[in-house]
Amino acid sequence: MASTMTTAAPATSRPSKPGLVRRTRWVERIAEGLVLLVSLISILSVLLILVFVGKEALPVLFSPEVHKEVTPGALILPYSGAGYMWQPVSDVPKYNILPLVAGTLKVTLVALFVSVPLSVGAAVYVCEFAPKAAREYIKPAIELLAGIPSVVIGFFALIVLATWVQRVFGVEHRLNALVAGFGLAFAVCPVIFSVSEDALRAVPDSYRTAALALGSTRSQTLLRVILPAAGPGIAAAVVLGFGRAIGETMIVVLASGNAALLDADLGHSTRTITATIAQELGEVVVGSAHYHVLFALGALLFLSTLGVNLVGERIVFSMRRRLGGP
Amino acid sequence: VTAAVATGVRRRPNAADRTLIGLTGLATLIILAMLVVVLGDVVIGGWSVLSWHFLSEAPRDGMTKGGIFPAIFGTVALTLLMTIVAVPAGVATAVYLSEYAPADSRLARAIRVCIANLAGVPSIVFGLFGLGFFIATVGRGIDDLAFGGQPTYGKPSLIWASLTLAILTLPVVVVSTEEALKAVPRELRDGSLALGATKFQTITRVVLPQALGGIMTGGILAVSRGAGEVAPIMFTGAAYFLPYLPTHLNDQFMNLGYHVYVLATQSPDVDRTKPLLYGTVLVLLLLTFMLNIVAVVVRARFRKRMAAAR
Repeated sequence: MASTMTTAAPATSRPSKPGLVRRTRWVERIAEGLVLLVSLISILSVLLILVFVGKEALPVLFSPEVHKEVTPGALILPYSGAGYMWQPVSDVPKYNILPLVAGTLKVTLVALFVSVPLSVGAAVYVCEFAPKAAREYIKPAIELLAGIPSVVIGFFALIVLATWVQRVFGVEHRLNALVAGFGLAFAVCPVIFSVSEDALRAVPDSYRTAALALGSTRSQTLLRVILPAAGPGIAAAVVLGFGRAIGETMIVVLASGNAALLDADLGHSTRTITATIAQELGEVVVGSAHYHVLFALGALLFLSTLGVNLVGERIVFSMRRRLGGP
Repeated sequence: VTAAVATGVRRRPNAADRTLIGLTGLATLIILAMLVVVLGDVVIGGWSVLSWHFLSEAPRDGMTKGGIFPAIFGTVALTLLMTIVAVPAGVATAVYLSEYAPADSRLARAIRVCIANLAGVPSIVFGLFGLGFFIATVGRGIDDLAFGGQPTYGKPSLIWASLTLAILTLPVVVVSTEEALKAVPRELRDGSLALGATKFQTITRVVLPQALGGIMTGGILAVSRGAGEVAPIMFTGAAYFLPYLPTHLNDQFMNLGYHVYVLATQSPDVDRTKPLLYGTVLVLLLLTFMLNIVAVVVRARFRKRMAAAR
């Protein structure tokens, strides 16, 4: 360190040359300006996403050209005689998005049903019970799970999980909401784990010592003191996990079977919003009604994850402040 | 009082305690098992396929034989271009947030909110954005201005896929770099300024070198993330099969993740392509996973040093 500082010093230690000082000041200003300019990219990106996804989505609401093929009402109301159908490529194209929304929710609920108890349990174990040495291996290992590309998990779900699910649950269709949900759990667990772990760690040690000093057992301390204190953070973890699940694409496109059916049977093939965009956008005519409806689905997805994430961050923020943490 | 002291005075765990410890321990084991099962299956399935031929040849016979070299090449080219954009932009953003922005700056808060939200945007939405903005607007604009409307840049290309991925991975770089910058002790900055260095000199010669570990972690994590993403590049530049390697920024490219997706969904005979699939998945996993392990180790060391410095 010392060497860097001594080399840095002489650059301005010669104020006898006024030109040098002026030049240094210019360099300073330009550097700060550039840094500021580049850091605006993040704001610009969010705005551009909003504008350009929105621009292609809005014709669904306002363009008479698009309305010849699909009206906004037709997106949610049943087609007469055909019911709730998503069939954009047929003689009479049908664009009812409810089967896709239902598919997304089905798969997401399965994933949360599996991930929430597992990840919150693991976070509790790591924070409260695990020996210190084990903790140092468990956390990075779960971070590694988050680093597996989703297409790899999707492939694993398609080839391996699907076979296991069929054997255990005896479902008729090999690819279904259960398989996709279980696959999604691989991606959602690390999210819920790390946010819950942060929440548990934010609970001050004085809470633990005080509870134990008053004579409570470890389970009483956990259930009546620590979990209630960390509750909002754990709720936020679930919310963020939900956001991750509804936006995940490659796992569900490979493992869900991709049949747009509106039903509650988890053993049936299903189709999510993300998978629909992934599979259909490549083949659609730019500017057609189908194209705009797919962008509208993307906008719906964008807005819902945005809302979900804002809620989650809000909860984390207010909990930190209440517990006086960083 | 630390938790260690607290656990020192605790009574012996009773039955309820033991049940709770057992259940949460089991949950931890199941999550770890998920990691082991995926890795194990891919390694066992793909190991026998790996060979020099597999890594160095192009696919043959309708993708049922041959290797995956073009996909490896495309993935590396894509992530390299992405890194060139994402790392400098991410580091500059983190430098602004932690070194220049006033403590109560509204602008800094807006940037933070945007970074957090960018990290939460589903990857498929980035694909839509790349198509709507980079290809349909920027690319077509370039075509109209410079190429007389000939579709040259207004089509799926390496450059547009890279830029889309750069925006997607920007938050990874920013968060990691900012954490590293925060860990640089105040005294070093003060010392440098006291010796007469300007703010910019202090940042480039004192603060950034100290934070290099964290910046590298961020860069590696971004590369690993970018190399594994498929949804954002499906419509912005990845190709099913190409007889040539991409040589220009406006060429399309093959990609490991997209190759897996295509082989798994569009091949008429999955059993025949299964070995190739496993091999491709293993290569993709090795690429992203090795990088991840490096990043996790660097970060763990860095955090330990940071804790020691406090």
